[in-house]
Amino acid sequence: MNKPLIEVTDLKKHFPIRKGLFGNTVGHVHAVDGVTFSINAGETLGLVGESGCGKSTVGRVVLRLIEPTSGSVKVEGREIVGIPRSELRPLRRQMQIVFQDPFSSLNPRIRVGDIVGEPLMVHGIGDKQERAERVAQLFNRVGLRPSQMNNYPHQFSGGQRQRISIARALALDPHFIIADEPVSALDVSIQAQVINLMMDLQRDMKLSYLFISHNLSVVEHISHRVAVMYLGRIVEYADKKTLFASPQHPYTEALLSAVPLPDPTLRRTKKRVEGDVPSPIKPPPGCHFHPRCPYAEARCKVEPPVLREIGPGHQVACHLR
Amino acid sequence: MAPVLEVSGLSTVFHTRRGLVRAVQDVSFTVNAGETLAIVGESGCGKTITALSLLRLVPMPPGEITSGSVKVDGTDLLKLSDSEMREMRGSKIAMIFQEPMTALNPLLTVGKQIQEMVVLHDKCSQEVARKRAVEMLHHVRIPEPERRSREYPHQLSGGMRQRAMIAMALACRPKVLVADEPTTALDVTIQAQILDLIGDLQREFGTAVVLITHDLGVVAETAKRVCVMYAGRKVEEAPVEEIFGRPLHPYMQGLMNSIPRVGSARGLDVAPDERLQEISGIVPPLNDLPPGCAFEPRCTRADARCKTQRPELAMKAPDHIAACWQA
Amino acid sequence: MSTTVSQDRPTKPSFFNEVFYLARRYPLGVAGAIIMTTFVLCALFANFVAPLDPFSTNARASLARPSETHLLGADMMGRDVLSRIIHGARISLAVAVGATIMGSGLGAALGLASGYLGGWFDLIIQRVSEVMQSLPLLVMALVITASLGPSLRNTIIAIAIPLVPTVARVIRSNVLSLREMPFVEAAKATGMSEFRIAVVHVLPNTLAPLIVLATAQLGSTILTEASLSFLGLGVPEPYPSWGRMLSESAAEYVRTAPWLVIFPGLAISLVVFGSNLMGDALRDALDPRQRD
Repeated sequence: MNKPLIEVTDLKKHFPIRKGLFGNTVGHVHAVDGVTFSINAGETLGLVGESGCGKSTVGRVVLRLIEPTSGSVKVEGREIVGIPRSELRPLRRQMQIVFQDPFSSLNPRIRVGDIVGEPLMVHGIGDKQERAERVAQLFNRVGLRPSQMNNYPHQFSGGQRQRISIARALALDPHFIIADEPVSALDVSIQAQVINLMMDLQRDMKLSYLFISHNLSVVEHISHRVAVMYLGRIVEYADKKTLFASPQHPYTEALLSAVPLPDPTLRRTKKRVEGDVPSPIKPPPGCHFHPRCPYAEARCKVEPPVLREIGPGHQVACHLR
Repeated sequence: MAPVLEVSGLSTVFHTRRGLVRAVQDVSFTVNAGETLAIVGESGCGKTITALSLLRLVPMPPGEITSGSVKVDGTDLLKLSDSEMREMRGSKIAMIFQEPMTALNPLLTVGKQIQEMVVLHDKCSQEVARKRAVEMLHHVRIPEPERRSREYPHQLSGGMRQRAMIAMALACRPKVLVADEPTTALDVTIQAQILDLIGDLQREFGTAVVLITHDLGVVAETAKRVCVMYAGRKVEEAPVEEIFGRPLHPYMQGLMNSIPRVGSARGLDVAPDERLQEISGIVPPLNDLPPGCAFEPRCTRADARCKTQRPELAMKAPDHIAACWQA
Repeated sequence: MSTTVSQDRPTKPSFFNEVFYLARRYPLGVAGAIIMTTFVLCALFANFVAPLDPFSTNARASLARPSETHLLGADMMGRDVLSRIIHGARISLAVAVGATIMGSGLGAALGLASGYLGGWFDLIIQRVSEVMQSLPLLVMALVITASLGPSLRNTIIAIAIPLVPTVARVIRSNVLSLREMPFVEAAKATGMSEFRIAVVHVLPNTLAPLIVLATAQLGSTILTEASLSFLGLGVPEPYPSWGRMLSESAAEYVRTAPWLVIFPGLAISLVVFGSNLMGDALRDALDPRQRD
């Protein structure tokens, strides 16, 4: 009952860097460097971080759209890393994905009704009539009219296209959806529509989400637990309230401090970080964050900190906490 | 204090095969020296075209500025010849864009690009200009400015490119800086640095800044006055505290209600399953605007008059104008 | 319970508005299209359009100057030049279309496989394409017809084969970028097989550049056919071919009966020109950045 739906343990993805005429491997980009988390049924884990932190890669590796270098991913208790494609295929019905860009996530040459119905066709579910009914049902569910099923993607607005993407993700009745920046490309007022939709669906269908985003306000709204990533590693992992009310990792502090709040009367102490977001190709030694950390000590430059539990359900990777 | 930038009745249209697109209609605002005016709106509201119109960077055809005036220090930019306008760009009014990679020339070093600007407007020697360029890079807090000035845009990170663009824009100390979504493409921590930088430079040089954005958080933290645009028109304008404290136009109210808040920082306990308030519907196409209020189809408070009669901007409270029959 | 429905009001211009708009924006393309349409119509309805039988000889009309009966003159065997040109259009069109379809089809299949699968297969195809492309089109076509012998079928093959590497490269580069698109990833996430994804999702999106490429190639295939026929290695008797009409008359009759050289030559130039104009305009019109 309380067994998590998704359990990710020490997941790693290293991309080889190839140079030369024959593509010799000269090094590796540690895009995901040992990530561990779990998601329960009906819950949302928000995965936040800036560019280069590896959050999008995590999403794809969990789904095995990209093969992990090492680590384990268990879906409903079942290990999916390393199993052959034929065994993986039926399991794919449990987990689906929604992407960021509403414009390129739908094939411009296929009618939206067929796009949403395709997963059903791939898995041989129902005949033509039944599929059409199911698609109509899905359209209604996401707030679109079934009469629009024969239109092409370019005839819809960005927000509507995201709804279509969500409908497609729901077609196979999954338990788990990875949402990779699903609202980042939408206008603010449309974001609200899609966020509400996703939360409604979660409540009605007991869906779990891995909600990947750089937008902290949205993550705070929709998540139950939050993990903060920096250069391939999780630096802080806690339930939403704890993380936002009392962040422990210096990076989390800086991140929260940097988010501009829509309230001009607030005078906050701004904890700014200096420097740029580093590239994952040459990460700093020791704690990846030490060059930008206002509290860095000698130890931080040499020894990478490990995620440790510092409170109930609250983990931080920092020597100083 | 006399306003440095006075925009009056600006209207810009586009002649397209789908008809006449009224991108900007009758927009007016003023900005004083050292102040920031934010123009807020979502895609399709006309804020970017407004910005481009200020610098006369709208492609003409298919665009056309049909009416209005844009006065910088008293000079109406719309009445100038092309060569006179080129003189103004960079020296009196400058612009920074959302995507620095496309705004910077990839084939010239960063230093050279700033240098060119300086030589063009200040008519000094290359050597003097080069020194000014390095100085400017230092001013925008790029570490090792001498070395960086000899690098190409692709060698710099996103944040640094944006700083370089700011350096280029402010090299000749223009009176007005138009910033079109300058931080939207940047990471949050870098965004904070850049906004701080723009604020500091503004205080130092006394530049008037027109900040175009869709992010209300950015507006709250940087602007003094706020202009809200919808479907090509200005629908509300007020000082920042006033507009956030008491938004009058239903669109602005809807926008504010649809943003999730980072609650804990405000000491609030945000209920986990609280629904965000939505604004139903979508922005109307700019070539097929309804006869009455453009927001009426999506407005929860609209009545019969809103459908047929377009409300004009009127003073609804001290220093607070809005175009709404219900406000 | 479900969130509100949005009204979508796509404002689509009417068909005539589109046509007039396109005509104003791409006048050269329209000119090209008119030329090509005339060409195609001549080819399709040659029997109805041509005033006389292109095959019947008439000794009395030998080398007749352009006149009322023979609008463009007659050749050394008294055959009407105009009718031969009109029927020649049929041959040129058949060869051009046949070769283009064959070459593009094969090229697209190779490009798709090469781009989508990558690895060794891609490497090999790439290198072979490069070698093929280093040879001039005409030389390759010559070699093929010389070894296969001149016939209509062999001409089509000879012209199709050099097209393959060019098309394969264009399609491959398209496929490389399409492969990374989110909608392809989404298809993978549903468990779709790679083959299905390549055919259902990737291939249709390469059609637009393929069409542009094919149209642009049309002109050069016609020219190649004319060249081959001129050299005697293309379409043989009795098919009337513009290229052969030139070779038959160029050396001997250019001064005594210039119309035998001018008109076929003009026909070739005009069609190649028209296809280039149309191809250019199509490419510009389909370029998403040119859109409003």
